[in-house]
Amino acid sequence: MDAPHKILILDDDADWLELCRDIFAQLPSKPEVRTATSSSRALGMLDSEPFRLLICDLKMPRMDGLQVLTVVRRRFPELRTVVLSGLEDEEFRSRAYALGVDLFWLKTDMQRDSKMFMDCLESLLGRDTDGGFRGIQSKGLMDIIQMECLSRSSTVLRITRGPLVAKLWFQNGELFDAEADGACGEAAFRRILAWKSGTFENLPAEPDRQRTINKPINALLLESAQVMDENANLSSETQFIDASHRKTMWKLSLLTREGAEFVIAVPPEGQGEPDALGTQAAEQLADWTRQAAEIVKRLGDKIEAGPLSHITGNSMEKQLMVLPHGKKSFLVGWPPEASAHQLLEHSKKLVASWDS
Amino acid sequence: MGFLKKIKRWFRSRAAIQHLPVGSITVDRDGQLVTSTVSSAYPKALLGEIGREVLALFRAARAAQMPLAEVSIHFGSLLITARELRGGAVIFLLPQSALSQLPT
Repeated sequence: MDAPHKILILDDDADWLELCRDIFAQLPSKPEVRTATSSSRALGMLDSEPFRLLICDLKMPRMDGLQVLTVVRRRFPELRTVVLSGLEDEEFRSRAYALGVDLFWLKTDMQRDSKMFMDCLESLLGRDTDGGFRGIQSKGLMDIIQMECLSRSSTVLRITRGPLVAKLWFQNGELFDAEADGACGEAAFRRILAWKSGTFENLPAEPDRQRTINKPINALLLESAQVMDENANLSSETQFIDASHRKTMWKLSLLTREGAEFVIAVPPEGQGEPDALGTQAAEQLADWTRQAAEIVKRLGDKIEAGPLSHITGNSMEKQLMVLPHGKKSFLVGWPPEASAHQLLEHSKKLVASWDS
Repeated sequence: MGFLKKIKRWFRSRAAIQHLPVGSITVDRDGQLVTSTVSSAYPKALLGEIGREVLALFRAARAAQMPLAEVSIHFGSLLITARELRGGAVIFLLPQSALSQLPT
């Protein structure tokens, strides 16, 4: 039998902690509940043993809850976090969610909606971290498509992966058409299958949709799986060069289609060369991107303003957008006449496609 | 269970959390605060830090042969927009709530 999950509650009031310990110990999964009355003690405990969930107060002396959450988010990204506070100020709720907490709950609401709160905690304790499509955990897109076909559904499956949106049209369990990122038909279907995660929703069927895919779904799935296997196991140098060439061409077409001047994917210092297209000054611009990311990270930590979403910069010659993406930062250059309102959306789309 | 009474009592006796700054500041080329419309409750030292880091961003861009006239830093809960001003900068600070529209 698996060991019970551990919950750490951080609050500077010992009576409150005692009360919470009694309540949370009664959750159906019978978690092990630990408590800490100071932020430094809590961080020490998180360092020394694995916890599943941190429940944190906001108002505390010395180091407040938002500071703790900033540190926790960076040092323990897998830890689920809940803010349990008496502060009814919407600003703090927004700041907590901006820091990536899973749940913000008022202490007064905990009393009023105790069952719902306990259900939320139980859900957070049990939720798996595996990949997959939200709604059906741990299931890949292939499984979802097969389920639609086996149940002979007529529906439109809308799949979203960050800013990328794709659609699959099913009629009586047969795949009629696919559309993704400017491509359609079988090409779009293969592109969608390469997505590892995302969200999906079922839209009403469109029986009048023109059929562009005539191959049986199993043949298509088999072909796509073979292509993905081959790409994953490129062994000879020739195959590698071909794949690299195809990737470059694909990125160039992406750049042209979105209308950007250049893109640079910048890994952290000492972890590889920047990957750039459309500029000769890749090294120089990559250095600036690293510096900018470093300066802004430092600033964000000092003023507790939450994680960085993006940075924009304007000069006479171009507009720039810096976007953090995983461990990398992306610098996207746009012509000065590009519409500022669409830059973020287009840059996000470019970055998401770049790494897919 | 007497939650409310306890909570009120605790909050009266405890330290407050720092609100985010709202308003604008001007810093000179040395990073010194020249003017500010931000509440005096917000620590001056942190405003100075904001000014210095923003200037560092402009200087790094200039060093990379890419001088910028304006920079916007979009944090989860704060938007900082800065315009270069003869080596210094005028900086606008605007907290973002969940319902705020994010300007690009």
